[in-house]
Amino acid sequence: MSKLLEIDNLHTQFFTSAGTVRAVDGISYDVEEGETVAIVGESGCGKSVSALSILRLIPNPPGRIVQGSISFMGKDLATLSDEEMRKVRGREIAMVFQEPMTSLNPVLTIGLQITETLQQHLGIDREEADKRAIDLLGKVGMSDPERRLKQYPHHLSGGMRQRVMIALALSCEPKLIIADEPTTALDVTIQAQILELMKNLTRELGVALIIITHNLGVVARYADRVNVMYAGKIIESGTAEDIYHRPRHPYTLALLKSVPRMDQPRKAKLDPVDGQPPDLTKLDDGCSFRPRCGFAIDKCNASIPNLESVSDGHISACFEKDKLTQALEASS
Amino acid sequence: MSVDSLPREKLMERSRPDQEKEILIKVSGLKMYFPVTEGAFITRTVAHVKAIDGISFDIKRGETLGLVGESGCGKTTTGRCILQLEKPTAGEIIYDNLDLGKLSKEEWRPLRQRIQVIFQDPYSSLNPRMKIGDIISEPMYVHNVEEDGPARVKRVRELLSLCGLSPKFADRYPHEMSGGQRQRVGIARALAVRPEFIICDEAVSALDVSIQAQVINLLEDLRDEFNLTYLFISHDLSVIRHLCHRVAVMYLGKIVELADCDELYDNPLHPYTRALLSAVPIPDPTIEKQRAHQIVKGEIPSPINPPSGCVFHPRCTRAVDRCSQGIPEFREVKPDHWVACTEV
Ligand SMILES: Nc1ncnc2c1ncn2[C@@H]1O[C@H](COP(=O)(O)OP(=O)(O)OP(=O)(O)O)[C@@H](O)[C@H]1O
Ligand SMILES: Nc1ncnc2c1ncn2[C@@H]1O[C@H](COP(=O)(O)OP(=O)(O)OP(=O)(O)O)[C@@H](O)[C@H]1O
Ligand SMILES: [Mg+2]
Ligand SMILES: [Mg+2]
Repeated sequence: MSKLLEIDNLHTQFFTSAGTVRAVDGISYDVEEGETVAIVGESGCGKSVSALSILRLIPNPPGRIVQGSISFMGKDLATLSDEEMRKVRGREIAMVFQEPMTSLNPVLTIGLQITETLQQHLGIDREEADKRAIDLLGKVGMSDPERRLKQYPHHLSGGMRQRVMIALALSCEPKLIIADEPTTALDVTIQAQILELMKNLTRELGVALIIITHNLGVVARYADRVNVMYAGKIIESGTAEDIYHRPRHPYTLALLKSVPRMDQPRKAKLDPVDGQPPDLTKLDDGCSFRPRCGFAIDKCNASIPNLESVSDGHISACFEKDKLTQALEASS
Repeated sequence: MSVDSLPREKLMERSRPDQEKEILIKVSGLKMYFPVTEGAFITRTVAHVKAIDGISFDIKRGETLGLVGESGCGKTTTGRCILQLEKPTAGEIIYDNLDLGKLSKEEWRPLRQRIQVIFQDPYSSLNPRMKIGDIISEPMYVHNVEEDGPARVKRVRELLSLCGLSPKFADRYPHEMSGGQRQRVGIARALAVRPEFIICDEAVSALDVSIQAQVINLLEDLRDEFNLTYLFISHDLSVIRHLCHRVAVMYLGKIVELADCDELYDNPLHPYTRALLSAVPIPDPTIEKQRAHQIVKGEIPSPINPPSGCVFHPRCTRAVDRCSQGIPEFREVKPDHWVACTEV
């Protein structure tokens, strides 16, 4: 397998009257052909902004990529002209946006939106595009695909809009799909159908998938690698097994503990991570998780832990990562 | 709202509204058919989308009813009909002895405060030109919940932090926030006017599991403290299991099963409910990689031309001949366990 995407030390910031929001604060990771990388992390920690940065879709002003490089199939995306970037978007890298209504045009029919994209990127005629669109809508589990083409977004249910977005992303057979919460509005059976569909693309065509999701069950089933983010940084990364069975960062551990599980007895109360997420305009020189961390020591106030290897392919940014192992062993 | 002062540890048993408790809302025979039109200038109706096709349920005061079902089966439309955002084709909605369909605008006014909704799509339900603080305080002003300005400002801050957001967000605009942050603004806005009934339409789906846990605990605490009633629409069956007293399962505009939460999860009877429960992914890669997933096979049926007989029969593994003929009666097979299937 070869590297399709390489992100190195990416920093994306928003310059607002209330200060500089350090939404993405130095993240690096690679994605290989055919690989599925999941990104998980607290709401507001920079997952969507990091994805939008790859596609150069950060609204400027107030936002800007201030540092770092993103290379896709060996090309540095920052050096492409706007025209070249437009070709990459949709054709080579497709994005499923978190909120479908932000990217579907409310005054155009579903059919027009899909067929236009198809015609533009694949150079096929209207009739052929219609046929493809119907086929795609069927694949993502929409009823009456033909009639849907004539409908407007507000005629569709939340999950149907989400599936239109997914159909659009798949339409041009991209090399990389970035899916931001692609299945939140879908019931579990359709969710399974769509994730299997995407997984098959990764197996058969070597398409790579970056999937941002809060659903730890989906991550467990589909991800080859999991990046856990907190306050603009990747704080742990490893295989799904590493992350679920051998977490080496206190935030990851807390995250795993807060999810209600169907295979376990119901709890009286769920266990959220106590405390507030940090203010991204006021990050200091210490670890940003320390105010909420049960393992924090003095050193955590003074310096930011680097990502260090704990085992092959498993990295964590915590000074006390070995303590965590002991604590986990003691509790099991 | 002194939620923090509530005891965090509660008994396993959830406080349940007792049987005799008053019914707060009763929906009977609700239908919502959307016309399908053709023609650009002279439009004519060629068919109808049967988004809801005769559903009935009730919710007691203090109870949480979960509503689950396939994407597009009519859950959001049900909520919109209760709020009279759609004019139902047929059926009746009685809320606290008021027939909602027959109320005048004037009579609706107080109800707009008593009934709140957390919309499925946070982005399009927040005014992009208003600051978060104003979005949350506007309904307080409209419904006279908090009289003076400073009290409203204080309450906005309180609500934001209850939902896990820094009070500083009051000065931001919706587009300056992440998806989950926006969703919590919708929750804070719904709570602002101290409602008694909240329709939560995928209210926590954009939140990570930790903040989701925080918001669910908040909803539970409010329910215990103020006896709130929820209609909780969600695709997350583990969340539904955690929060709800009873659960209704919908498929293609109809309720196919309705039972107490534990009963439904321990003893699902309708084949569609079983398929749903078996498809829930478990957050454990070792378990997940060994599990065979049963995907519901077959074409997703059209709500314009629903299948004859039982609407689920073309995709049902247990279907027999008669399933395609008569519509199965929604019957009580055990006390409080209702199901629309002849083969159980
Ligand atoms: N235009 C903007 N101006 C100021 N801050 C912004 C802007 N856009 C995003 N942010 C902030 O950047 C941070 C990262 O946002 P992002 O959308 O990446 O979060 P996320 O991890 O995707 O969260 P969620 O899970 O809730 O979608 C958030 O704290 C958000 O408030
Ligand atoms: N204004 C409308 N005009 C025509 N059809 C509509 C309209 N609103 C909803 N529908 C249709 O009604 C059906 C039910 O939609 P609804 O939004 O209630 O589904 P849902 O159960 O909330 O689904 P999801 O889980 O995907 O949000 C769908 O087939 C949808 O296309
Ligand atoms: Mg996001
Ligand atoms: Mg809906």
